[in-house]
Amino acid sequence: MTQELTGAGIVIKALVDQGVDVVFGYPGGAVLPIYDELFKQNALRHVLVRHEQGAVHAAEGYARSTGKVGVVLVTSGPGATNAVTGLTDALMDSIPVVCLTGQVPTHLIGNDAFQEADTVGITRPCTKHNYLVKDIADLPRVMHEAFYVARSGRPGPVVVDLPKDILQGKGAYPDGIDVERRSYKPQTTPDADRIEQAVALMASAKRPLFYCGGGVINSGPEASALLTEFVRMTGFPCTLTLMGLGAMPASDPHFLGMLGMHGTYEANLAMHDCDVMINIGARFDDRVTGRLTAFSPNSKKIHVDIDPSSINKNVRVDLPVVGDVKLVLEAMIAAWKRTKARPDAAALAEWWRSIEQWRGRDCLRYKNSDKIIKPQYALQRLQAAIGDRDFYVTTEVGQHQMWAAQFLRFEKPNRWMTSGGLGTMGYGLPAAVGVQMAHPDALVVDVAGEASILMNIQEMSTAVQYKLPVKIFILNNQWMGMVRQWQELLHGGRYSESYTESLPDFVKLAEAFGAVGLRAQKPDELDDVIREMIAVKAPVIVDCCVDQTENCFPMIPSGAAHNEMLLGPDDVAKPVSEEGMVLV
Amino acid sequence: MEAIERHTISVLVDNEAGVLARVIGLFSGRGYNIESLTVAEVDMARHLSRITIVTSGTPMIIEQIKAQLGRLVPVHRVSDLTNEGPHLERELALVKVNGTGDKRIESLRIADIFRARVVDSTLESFVFEMTGSPEKLNAFINLMQPLGLVDVSRTGVVAIARGPEAI
Repeated sequence: MTQELTGAGIVIKALVDQGVDVVFGYPGGAVLPIYDELFKQNALRHVLVRHEQGAVHAAEGYARSTGKVGVVLVTSGPGATNAVTGLTDALMDSIPVVCLTGQVPTHLIGNDAFQEADTVGITRPCTKHNYLVKDIADLPRVMHEAFYVARSGRPGPVVVDLPKDILQGKGAYPDGIDVERRSYKPQTTPDADRIEQAVALMASAKRPLFYCGGGVINSGPEASALLTEFVRMTGFPCTLTLMGLGAMPASDPHFLGMLGMHGTYEANLAMHDCDVMINIGARFDDRVTGRLTAFSPNSKKIHVDIDPSSINKNVRVDLPVVGDVKLVLEAMIAAWKRTKARPDAAALAEWWRSIEQWRGRDCLRYKNSDKIIKPQYALQRLQAAIGDRDFYVTTEVGQHQMWAAQFLRFEKPNRWMTSGGLGTMGYGLPAAVGVQMAHPDALVVDVAGEASILMNIQEMSTAVQYKLPVKIFILNNQWMGMVRQWQELLHGGRYSESYTESLPDFVKLAEAFGAVGLRAQKPDELDDVIREMIAVKAPVIVDCCVDQTENCFPMIPSGAAHNEMLLGPDDVAKPVSEEGMVLV
Repeated sequence: MEAIERHTISVLVDNEAGVLARVIGLFSGRGYNIESLTVAEVDMARHLSRITIVTSGTPMIIEQIKAQLGRLVPVHRVSDLTNEGPHLERELALVKVNGTGDKRIESLRIADIFRARVVDSTLESFVFEMTGSPEKLNAFINLMQPLGLVDVSRTGVVAIARGPEAI
């Protein structure tokens, strides 16, 4: 039955009909009608963030840990512009988010009205799609279409800009809204011939490698289960990207660790030497490939992606397969079984022998100390404390993020939330808020650096308000560690502006927010502090004071190839090429 | 390095607010070239517009351009006319030439050879209207240069495939 509702009422009804249970937002003049409707209902919970960027990251954390669409509600002008970093982050990492922005009334658009910004203009390049609703008759369809676009195909953020007169006006909310567009038909079912060719190529491999990414996670937990099954069935080694961690269990012997700039020696050398690469849901990011001309030079490349524009963007591949990872893997597994594929066992055994040799280098080893906490050691102790339970980890951006990716072990998908593509400092705390909202009883840890955490520290207040017991584990080295590392390796040790003077006392800061603050300064204090951090049923900040000079290894320097990686401080880097110096 | 190719691409889009900005923003944001771009509604009943873009790049870039265009939500179809077989390209120009005496007569004579029409005239000026390939228009405009050319307005290329197939 068609109902007559206000625009704000339509917005709320559409959210409820989409199965939304929580909205992350911040009120303001232009969205007051929606906040008024929120006040009158109980189906939706609203989480009041302290900054709109935090709202988007929280929605991302919610989305990544549940597979559902995250929802953001912000006001016009500064509310919308503050959300831009989060939207860009969601676009780069393919995270489904619907962001509702208030707008000045339609008759004032273009007049430089108070808190007016050209939101659809500003967000056009940082969203998958966006809408400005100028007729209330379009509102129900646009609301539902926004969710459809955000979650289908390659997921991404969608903005719906809502002028205040549309929110105040009255309109119909019909039953059975059709969101299918005549345009926009993402291909999910793979081409059968391509599957046959891919499986035949895999069966002929002597040095195969699975290279899988966030597309596996985005395709849902079944895709991760299928990937694990397929990897074990073939006996091939598998490496995962930063975005793909958890797509297969870290404890599986086929898993070689993460690859790329700070990936493992065995993963990167396998990538360099493989003869058949099976890329599933990864996009040949520059952090993964290193110097393109030297990237996996002798392999035939299969590339599975739901987004045709990812194919042949950076690296030319031999066999593209467009489709949803889950459906592709189902088809590949079926074809593998049907054709009774038997790869060359002797060659595969020889390949594994090489890999075991590389593994034997133990590339993540570091020189521990009993006087000063090494950041790697802190993460190993964290892993030891939480490894036997289901846990969720978010991170900020920098050295701590890479160490977390190296030292924490993810057995399941949707447990690891990090800003991969955009590299947004300040992501981790609000993302942890979003994860904890979705999983109230779970252990949620934000592995942070002391510089990143200050970028969205205001969200402590949100965590305290909603009694979200997020654990913020700061590896505090008083430096922007990754900046310092690059300055040491590439800029002659001229540490320009990378040291933070006047850091806050993080224990007192936690207490000022009404949270719990803990500190570890010596290695032998770590276990007790971590134990207490887990036990406390409240938001906690751990100030873990770590070695100020530790660098993150292994490392592929800018412009270098996978077989030119530095394993530790004793490896002398070749001078970085001019070409490499301009890379970030 | 792969060779740079020039491609004419037709894009069928929903005629909705912002769709042209999406296409142009895609080109500027990703550093692609636009040699010419035209747009107009071609199906009033279904609110579809056709955008014709002339662009250039390596084969890998051209492939990217098409894939990126295809990814935009309001885009129905992307057709690379250069790849898909013989096609027609036309452009319209309005060319203003000022002059008197021999130069004025010469401009008329050349206009006749190029089958340009006079669409406006004063005692010291003509406006010629001319349709053809971009090369033909260039040739005509170059010839008008010494004869008093003062103003040119061009539509950019519109294109369509030869034969019975539709986009």
